[in-house]
Amino acid sequence: MARATKIIRNFYRDSVSLMQVSSTIAKLPGVEQASAIMASPNNVTLLVEAGLLAEPVVASANDLLIALQGEADALESALAAAESSLKQPSPSSTGSEQSRGISPRSIEMGLGNLVGANLALISTPGEYAAAEAFKALTLGLNVMLFSDNVELKDEIALKRFAQERDLIVMGPDCGTAIINGIPLAFSNVVRRGAIGVVGASGTGLQQVTCLVDRWGGGISQAIGTGGHDLHRDVGGLSMLQGLKALAADPSTSVIVLISKPPSPEVAVKVLEAASGAGKAVVVNFLGADPDRVRRENIYPAATLEDAAAAAVALANGRTPEARRASVTSPSTPPLAPQQRYVRGLYSGGTFCYEASLLLKKELGQINSNTPVEPGDRLSDVWTSQKNTVLDLGDDLFTRGRPHPMIDHRLRNERLLKEASDPEVAVILLDVVLGYGSHPDPSAEMAPVIQKARDLATKGGRHLVTIGFVCGTAADPQNLSRQETALREVGVLLAESNAQAVRMAASVVLETGVVGGRL
Amino acid sequence: MIQALFQEQLHVLNVGLSSFADSITRAGGSVLQIEWAPPAQGQQEVGRALARLVNLLSVETANQTAFDAYQSAQPVLNGVGTAGQVLPNMAERMILHSGPPISWNDMCGPMKGAIVGAILYEGWAENLARAEAMASGGDITFEPCHHHDAVGPMAGIISPSMPVWMVTNTTNGNQAFCNFNEGLGKALRFGANGPDVITRLKWMGQVLAPALRAGVELLGGVDLKPMMAQALHMGDEVHNRNAAASSLFLKRIISALLKTRLSATDIAAVVEFIAGNDHFFLNLSMAACKAMLDAAHGVPGSSLVTAMSRNGVEFGIRVSGTESRWFTAPAPVVDGLFFPGYTAADAAPDLGDSAITETAGVGGFAMAASPAIVKFVGGTPQDAIDNTMTMTHITVGRNNAFTLPALNFAGSPAGIDVRKVVDTGIQPIINTGIAHREAGIGQIGAGITRAPLACFTQAVSALAKMVSAT
Repeated sequence: MARATKIIRNFYRDSVSLMQVSSTIAKLPGVEQASAIMASPNNVTLLVEAGLLAEPVVASANDLLIALQGEADALESALAAAESSLKQPSPSSTGSEQSRGISPRSIEMGLGNLVGANLALISTPGEYAAAEAFKALTLGLNVMLFSDNVELKDEIALKRFAQERDLIVMGPDCGTAIINGIPLAFSNVVRRGAIGVVGASGTGLQQVTCLVDRWGGGISQAIGTGGHDLHRDVGGLSMLQGLKALAADPSTSVIVLISKPPSPEVAVKVLEAASGAGKAVVVNFLGADPDRVRRENIYPAATLEDAAAAAVALANGRTPEARRASVTSPSTPPLAPQQRYVRGLYSGGTFCYEASLLLKKELGQINSNTPVEPGDRLSDVWTSQKNTVLDLGDDLFTRGRPHPMIDHRLRNERLLKEASDPEVAVILLDVVLGYGSHPDPSAEMAPVIQKARDLATKGGRHLVTIGFVCGTAADPQNLSRQETALREVGVLLAESNAQAVRMAASVVLETGVVGGRL
Repeated sequence: MIQALFQEQLHVLNVGLSSFADSITRAGGSVLQIEWAPPAQGQQEVGRALARLVNLLSVETANQTAFDAYQSAQPVLNGVGTAGQVLPNMAERMILHSGPPISWNDMCGPMKGAIVGAILYEGWAENLARAEAMASGGDITFEPCHHHDAVGPMAGIISPSMPVWMVTNTTNGNQAFCNFNEGLGKALRFGANGPDVITRLKWMGQVLAPALRAGVELLGGVDLKPMMAQALHMGDEVHNRNAAASSLFLKRIISALLKTRLSATDIAAVVEFIAGNDHFFLNLSMAACKAMLDAAHGVPGSSLVTAMSRNGVEFGIRVSGTESRWFTAPAPVVDGLFFPGYTAADAAPDLGDSAITETAGVGGFAMAASPAIVKFVGGTPQDAIDNTMTMTHITVGRNNAFTLPALNFAGSPAGIDVRKVVDTGIQPIINTGIAHREAGIGQIGAGITRAPLACFTQAVSALAKMVSAT
């Protein structure tokens, strides 16, 4: 039988904790007797009498003494175990006592309260957002940066910093992402599936994911990059990382990339990476020449709708078909001869941009606050000119008020203004559902649409209202309920923005033919 | 790894719009809302500096080094000395005060009163008017106790012939000093300077100090850390409650005193004096804390706070990695309970070096140990536990020597990290006495105060500059 002792100088513990430690150590294999005790002369004498100590040790009542008796080879590890259990913070310091604590005030503090945290969703005012994102990255979290007004140099620094750590920064100004089936910020509840999307546009991502869902497909991941990612100086860092991640993701079989046309050098980088991804990649660079996009494994899509359709086809093992470019014109009552123009009142910026692109081909110049051609910029955004499409989510309109996806007042006012313009033939509207958006947009819109139509009727005109709902059956607002409510006030509904735009164009073109003005 | 993210369950920390967290919850996701507010009171540059420092390896490593030095320190009371002889760089006509540096003209009432008292005690002037003229006339150098490895409660006045506790950190040899506690009521540390105060100070120098010196010598030193740890188990937090620790000290010293050659009358007077002052141990607690924290000071890159201190006008902190700099802000007024006849209007702003105890993880940080004090500072025992728990979020670790029964013997939170203070906005909590704003009236209440954030934001900026420069 061997003995071993250890003295931890100036290490005070109460007797109850010491008894607990003693009994734990005594149960270790090869340990016959164990005692952890404050080394007061009395205690030392007790241990000598118990046979745990051969002779009194030189120690004081402030020193902690561990004394063991047992098999020689077991004692050293038992001593170490005793010491480490004494020096460990008590279990309560990491467990139940935390639950009494205050709510987390910082990302670092939050890490202690959410085991397995892997993403920070940051929507602070822009001037603080970069610092929060840096903290999240440095603490090993991926970042979705919803905040806007983050300086480009900060965006670049954040994305490089993230890349070094194999993390992703979605944003800044990233409104939409669906990660592992969880919709983040402004996102829709879509079926899970094999299609992975990386998008520099929030509403673009929403349109593609909703249409995929509508047409029976599903989404593996939807990764937002923020609108500046494909800027030359940023170099598409987030899109490249998202692409790489989806390429490696076994649950993703088809990849969709969405953006406004990137700077040429970034486009080449992204397309080369996409071509080498080893998976079919559908690319919608809004307004880009398909021939410049086409590569091996890359399927160019002219519209968001085309991108969704191609992805669903590819995911089902089919080759994407060329989409029908024309739609049959809806049957509407005859319009007055002076009703010649489309007025698009959009809440989604990408929808507005796509509408400008498509309408331009059919109707020529399209005026806008966010024009495709710089020359088509409205001089006064509060007054439409001829064919006009407006992005009402633009800072010019949202200054001091909520985004039109949340607050419909601005769009409703503008709708009534457009309705009283005798030159207006068609009002074009988007309705965006999903988390983050208004809980019941049709309830806000329908009465005003009715009023607008009545206004036109009083003026002896029939006002055509065309719209589409970007959403899904599983969205909190419910797609079919919203569509029904809009149909009831006479809105002609399309499945997608592209279809709605083409429908609007056909109405205007047909009236033109009827009126004999073309 | 992004791919790894796809294989795991998503767990989101939501910083900003809480509706996003609600949506994630409704969608069946796992999310935690951060109670976010712009860090550093909205100063963007400080916020950015902070972001550079968070989880930075060099700072983490430096903090571990500093924390280990603090944690492994063994403060031992090993002597009683005379300030002028034992304090480093103590000059002949020098008076030390609490808090960061301050000039005579800017000092608060109690500090001025105490300085006048010290001048009378030293015999440098015969009367109040002369003493005051001397103080304002530039004949005397005023310096913080902290610049001389010392601390003092309230006005913290130490003049050359005053007795001081000498505490050595036996782990690495650094020394710390503190003056003697005079007891409650009219006392020099509150600015009282009448004949009775001076008489008592003389007695403390002539009888108490030699007796304690002899006693400590006979004991071969007194380990202070275990005594503090034991007191924490007896209802003290060793800042504003020292009843148990003072008793424990008396228990240790009394037999030694009896073994000295002192007269029975003197021993009786000394024992009576100690037994009559529940705060007698405070000055030992402070010196011990100072010794532990000085061991942690001067680690380049460390964001650990090594001193919090107030002079009645400004609150100042020092940080391990920012050399001897003070980061100061106006001293707050203490939120507390007042003795009958006094109100907050009578109170001097926060005063004294005693916040060294909180800096060392006791005092307000160990409030869970001291339910008895909670009533004194207004609140429930649960508040005391909550206060301690809250401090775990701004500290580097737990002091395993200072365990807290109410928290199932978890160590008390220790090692304030300026980064965490600025990032969370959680201010270090301090249990403290409240002095009357006029000299000489004494303590008029007690309560809780919080270290001003501005001290910590300045420290973060300074540290970020130093870290990026290396």
